[in-house]
Amino acid sequence: MQAPIPQPSPDVTMGTRTLNMPMAEESKQAVHAASKLSTDNLNFFYGDFQALNGITMKIYGNQVTAFIGPSGCGKSTFLRTLNRMNETVKKTRVEGEICLDGENISSLEVSEVRRRVGMVFQKSNPFPKSIFDNVAYGLRINALATRSTMREKVEHSLRRAALWDEVKDKLNESAYSLSGGQQQRLCIARALAVDPEVLLLDEPCSALDPIATAKIEDLIFQLKSGCTIVIVTHNMQQAARVADFTGFFLLGRLIEFDRTPVIFKNPAKKETEDYVTGRFG
Amino acid sequence: MTLHLARRKTVNLVMLSLTGLCTVITAGILFFILGYLAIHGAASLNWNFFTKLPTPVGETGGGMANAIVGSAKLLFLASLVGVPIGFLGGVYLAEFGGSTFSFFVRYTTDLLNGVPSIVIGIFAYTVIVLPQKHFSTLSGGLALGVMMIPIAVRSTEEFLRAVPTSLREGAMALGASKAKTILTVVIPAAKHGILTGIMLDLARVAGETAPLLFTSFSNRFWSPGWEQPTAALPVMIFTYAIAPYEDWHQQAWSAGFVLLALVLSVNIVARIILSKKGPVPR
Repeated sequence: MQAPIPQPSPDVTMGTRTLNMPMAEESKQAVHAASKLSTDNLNFFYGDFQALNGITMKIYGNQVTAFIGPSGCGKSTFLRTLNRMNETVKKTRVEGEICLDGENISSLEVSEVRRRVGMVFQKSNPFPKSIFDNVAYGLRINALATRSTMREKVEHSLRRAALWDEVKDKLNESAYSLSGGQQQRLCIARALAVDPEVLLLDEPCSALDPIATAKIEDLIFQLKSGCTIVIVTHNMQQAARVADFTGFFLLGRLIEFDRTPVIFKNPAKKETEDYVTGRFG
Repeated sequence: MTLHLARRKTVNLVMLSLTGLCTVITAGILFFILGYLAIHGAASLNWNFFTKLPTPVGETGGGMANAIVGSAKLLFLASLVGVPIGFLGGVYLAEFGGSTFSFFVRYTTDLLNGVPSIVIGIFAYTVIVLPQKHFSTLSGGLALGVMMIPIAVRSTEEFLRAVPTSLREGAMALGASKAKTILTVVIPAAKHGILTGIMLDLARVAGETAPLLFTSFSNRFWSPGWEQPTAALPVMIFTYAIAPYEDWHQQAWSAGFVLLALVLSVNIVARIILSKKGPVPR
């Protein structure tokens, strides 16, 4: 299906940018970094409704990629196709290819895809179990730790999620005894425990106060050396703060995808400019 | 204007009194039964009631030890039948059922729940008593078990449905299969609710009399094994209450008191569990 709005190929867009604009050294490296995840002409349907329209993009390894756009634009739907979570929703259909390290994810075992591409949801969703058992859950079901290494791995994950110091004395207490921000970091720790290559964050701070949000943003910076991060956010300042790349979605299409500073300071498309400057929405 | 206001106030007063009165009647009936049973039942309740067999007609004293054990055996059998079928059926409806088939099963379950208990007794009578040509604990247990199924199915289903989708997604996002998600996250999250539902279900059938009349029948002696007729508290209440002996009436009161106390305490305990550990605090 041909898009009425011309679909920019991210590579081409970035190619022209590199010619026109001087870039910082680290950004240059990013362009040369291999794409961790890529999609090719991805369409997605809820029944008859087409929620995603010909999305073609690359997500670079060890970078933070943010998706912004108004509600219902398809950014969360797109995120959920990347680990095949949308398959759990009835009457949905995917067309097109999604590749993880060059391998089509539909040819992989779904449990492998979800272990390699972890996800943290909008609303923190700790299991009604102890803090320890929450983090250990993924390790147990995937048999990734033995009885003797479990504790060490749980501690490592909680440290990576910057939660260890706050919970080390109450690992056996219910996860619901934690505050909202701590619960969300617990969910991040739980996702990190299985050592995912990509971490998908679906509006992870939308229910949190500014202090808890800042903690999660700090965490994102620390985590990107170890994995690729994709974050959906309603908060444009957040995208500007944490993301190396930003994609702007509108009505199921990827309007523009580029380096974050370009999207916010010098977008190529009028729709993007209108959105980031707050002229529509 | 003032006339209108006065009319409004009068209507308000009448309606308020009427609704209040009905509320008091509703609660009052329970307390009346409780109080009446406590006065009559507790008065003649003694240790013999729990330890002795019924005495032969004409002799005073004795107890209903066999009926207490018989009720326990019947409820045990009922659980063996009702809990697995009800629980697994509920899991199927909540987690796997397609829309058309589930609708059919749900509807059927509700109909089964509405079947008079005596009809379920006839069912057990036809299936077990007639072929065997004798009353048995087994047939009584089956009848009560069948009675348990609909409520066990529906309460299990409801409590599993109450587990938020976000928890299922959290587990699946970590690579858990659907079956593993249900076993390790959904059922544990709903276990207090499911357990409570089953306790209430048991408490409900514990007082059933009609389906036992022609299945487990009754017995004035101990009933070893599962193949013989057995006494049960509700049937004993019936038998003793309609007998022409004052001593038996007293024992029927005691039995009623014991049965009600059991059912009521199960109810209260179940509700405490439920209020303390809701399906998922959210």
